[in-house]
Amino acid sequence: MKLKKTLFAASAMALVTSTGAFAETITIATVNNGDMIRMQGYTDDFTAKTGHEVEWVTLEENVLRQRVTTDISTKGGQFDIMTIGMYETPIWGANGWLVPLDDLSAEYDVDDILPAMRDGLSHDGTLYAAPFYGESSMVMYRTDLMEKAGLEMPDAPTWEFIREAAAAMDDPENDINGICLRGKAGWGEGGAFITVTGNSFGARWFDEDWNAQFDQPEWKEALTFFVNLMNDYGPQGYATNGFNENLSLFQQGKCGMWIDATVAASFVTNPDESAVADSVGFALAPNKDGVEKRSNWLWAWALAIPAGTQKEGAAKAFIEWATSKDYIELVAANEGWANVPPGARTSLYETAEYQEVPFAKMTLDSIRAADPTNPTVDPVPYVGIQFVAIPEFAGIATEVSQEFSAVYAGQQSVDEALEKAQALTTDAMEAAGY
Amino acid sequence: MARAVTTRRKALNTAIAWAIGLLIFFPILWIIIMSFKSEGDAIKAPLDVLTSAWTFENYGVVQERSNYSRHFFNSVLLAFGSTLLGLIVAVPAAWAMAFVPSKRTKDILLWMLSTKMLPAVGVLYPIYLLFIQLGLLDSRAGLVIVLMLINLPIIVWMLYTYFREIPGEILEAARMDGANLRKEILYVLTPMAIPGMASTVLLNIILAWNEAFWTLNLTAAKAAPLTAFIASYSSPEGLFYAKLSAASVMAIAPILVMGWFSQKQLVRGLTFGAVK
Amino acid sequence: MATQHSRSAARLMMAPAVVLLLGWMLIPLSMTVFFSFKKFLPMRGDSMANGLDWVGFDNYARFISSSAFWPSVQATLVLVGGVLLVTIVLGVALAMLLDQPMWGQGVVRILVIAPFFVMPTVSALVWKNLFMDPVNGFFAHVWRSVGATPIEWLSQASLPSLVLIVSWQWLPFATLILLTAFQSLDQEQLEAAEMDGARWPQRFVFIVLPHLSRAITVVLLIQTIFLLSIFAEIFVTTQGSFGTKTLTYLIYQRVLESQNVGLGSAGGVYAIILANIVAIFLMRIVGKNLDA
Repeated sequence: MKLKKTLFAASAMALVTSTGAFAETITIATVNNGDMIRMQGYTDDFTAKTGHEVEWVTLEENVLRQRVTTDISTKGGQFDIMTIGMYETPIWGANGWLVPLDDLSAEYDVDDILPAMRDGLSHDGTLYAAPFYGESSMVMYRTDLMEKAGLEMPDAPTWEFIREAAAAMDDPENDINGICLRGKAGWGEGGAFITVTGNSFGARWFDEDWNAQFDQPEWKEALTFFVNLMNDYGPQGYATNGFNENLSLFQQGKCGMWIDATVAASFVTNPDESAVADSVGFALAPNKDGVEKRSNWLWAWALAIPAGTQKEGAAKAFIEWATSKDYIELVAANEGWANVPPGARTSLYETAEYQEVPFAKMTLDSIRAADPTNPTVDPVPYVGIQFVAIPEFAGIATEVSQEFSAVYAGQQSVDEALEKAQALTTDAMEAAGY
Repeated sequence: MARAVTTRRKALNTAIAWAIGLLIFFPILWIIIMSFKSEGDAIKAPLDVLTSAWTFENYGVVQERSNYSRHFFNSVLLAFGSTLLGLIVAVPAAWAMAFVPSKRTKDILLWMLSTKMLPAVGVLYPIYLLFIQLGLLDSRAGLVIVLMLINLPIIVWMLYTYFREIPGEILEAARMDGANLRKEILYVLTPMAIPGMASTVLLNIILAWNEAFWTLNLTAAKAAPLTAFIASYSSPEGLFYAKLSAASVMAIAPILVMGWFSQKQLVRGLTFGAVK
Repeated sequence: MATQHSRSAARLMMAPAVVLLLGWMLIPLSMTVFFSFKKFLPMRGDSMANGLDWVGFDNYARFISSSAFWPSVQATLVLVGGVLLVTIVLGVALAMLLDQPMWGQGVVRILVIAPFFVMPTVSALVWKNLFMDPVNGFFAHVWRSVGATPIEWLSQASLPSLVLIVSWQWLPFATLILLTAFQSLDQEQLEAAEMDGARWPQRFVFIVLPHLSRAITVVLLIQTIFLLSIFAEIFVTTQGSFGTKTLTYLIYQRVLESQNVGLGSAGGVYAIILANIVAIFLMRIVGKNLDA
């Protein structure tokens, strides 16, 4: 009797669930970045609006990647929403591992998503992940130090100018490095930076037949320039500096310039966290004089639903809530416009209040200047600017960037590193059947 | 036994030993100090850190951001559960090896130890697939079993070495008095083996508490212990030394305190039969 | 004394442990061996359900011919050997010291064993950030305060730094086991030797060391088992760069970063073989020592 009752209750529950009206608990895997942690703080707003509860699994980026990749490729079904990037989305979408986001509600206004972001998170024209925030990269510099050096930063500087400015601002006596850049191994860290630097020197990962290109002069020029620049004017130990290390350095006033993600702009201009908040200027990421491509990348942290989840309805409701205009307004009302998740929606940049935020225009210009289908001067067979959207890339680029980091640490020469990079890339591509 | 030493010699020993002890302990002390500093102060030079203001704010932030009590509860459950389960399986095995040894006993023992050499990263996929099939992902039961299995060889070996030190004649005598196997284990063996069992239990709780590969990779929200809690505080954006320190203190304090209180038992038994 | 009856009872009592461990070893192992002969690229849509292509020994050949393979074996041996050396040498010294009469022995012992209770991830994170960071780390501040240029620990001295971190975690374990061995040392024998005019080094080599050999063997065995599979410390600190890519880490890279399960599984089989070579070698010594 009791069993029957339970069964009945269970099937009734299933019935309600399938209509999507029943309150559910969804599990979301996310990265421990500031904007995501802020989002967790507003979970109550979502629960109040929809009745659904949220369980958060917040992990550091590398652990998160390892965790969600294992789960999705084995169809483990542990998460109802995964926080993934522009690299994973098209690959997973192509494999049919993600729920297409093609039936979002009208008030969500999917057309408001910045075209560059939308394209990067789609496969064959279908959106598979909604951008929570998007970024490009740009130059952040200390206006006070520039002035002291008697220089003026153009809106679109060249690498040559960056080098000149770094030399002028470098002041070891006062613990100020001319420039801080990523050198840390890892495809998403220093690997991303050196790839875009390569683009701005006309280098590319692969030619149209998927041959590795590290034996080409452009790569040698780009890497040599980077190494010289950083050895002369960069901070001690830059071989292990990633986004976060450089952010702390800049916030402490130890960098004259920093070229990195546009989202960093809100951190370095936040007086609570940054000692130099009121003297930061912005410019487009540099290029080599005469090369048409700049070194700015394109990235989005986005929310996607793994195919096979039982709670698709609630998951979609969450995505619509977290990446909506309303969420942006909610954050703006509570923490100010400078702290809203940037780079995802066109309407944000049309908001009068947001246009007053000092980095808004440069962020938008940088994002617009990025073209994932044409990352560098010569044609390439791949999509992606600071990455190559093929499954093998993460592994290859991590190993390549480890070779480069060994150069930054003074453990091998540029030529040795490029030779090894060429060999291991060729080898891995062969293994993958190219 | 009593060694006559001069007071001077003793003072010298004391000074050196304390200096080394403090040196080894210093990193932990430093985490504790850092956890009570603001983020801005935590990156200053050591002397400035010490003289800066003390604050509880990091603990507040960590408490607010993470579900510490759930992670803590899971850690306790996994550590104690896997140890208990391990004892249930290991005690009979160790008993048999110690009191009814055969030619192959030592081979079996060493083989058991060698199963610990399987590199976990190499078998993540197989185990993950297996856990999906069995529906054990993100379940405490699944993790208790895995943690029990990876520590089982250590438990068996430790118990074996303690049991072996129990003189066989006592068991003979008990048997003569009509004790059956169950009574023999319960009333004769167990009391004698308690110190050894205690340190086995302690060591295994420590190992299970600190296991960070399987507990991280086989869990999501429900069963994740403190190792997952820590993974959300390593290198986020901005300054994080103080928050990382606070989270670290919260993750290691329970086991540290437990370890200190029981260090006598732990030390007494932690010989692996190394001492005759 | 062992009757037929007690023998079969004993077998029955050992059965659960043996069966469980056999399963824990054989099931993943056989799956690993199976994958190692297959092309298994999950990101390319390969899955068990779709069937996997047989590729013979391709994965094995590729894994071993990779330029990262031999350096990884070397890194593994250096790391394991380095930690063993440091913990045993310092462990003996420390145990000898703690065995001496002193005030507050209990407290000192608590201080010394504390690192053993710290999670490997926490220890790695704390060493990396709070101590070894070349800008804000404790060491950097100390170095600068005496006018020296801070060392970039995890890039310029990556393997020694890792040995330091791991040794800090395992020194308490070695010290404790060696301490118990010291406490059972026959003082009269030592005193007699002293009377006979044996100098301290002689007494140490001929009386103390032989007495400690069993304890040292145990430390060697247990630590090797744990050290061969070290992962968290590398994952947190260097991510395998600057020559710290051990065999375990290389397998991780192949399986999870490159998403090549077949190749990684072949690496897993190599790792198991290496572990067993070490194990056999160890057991030769241990077996002899444990019998005594």
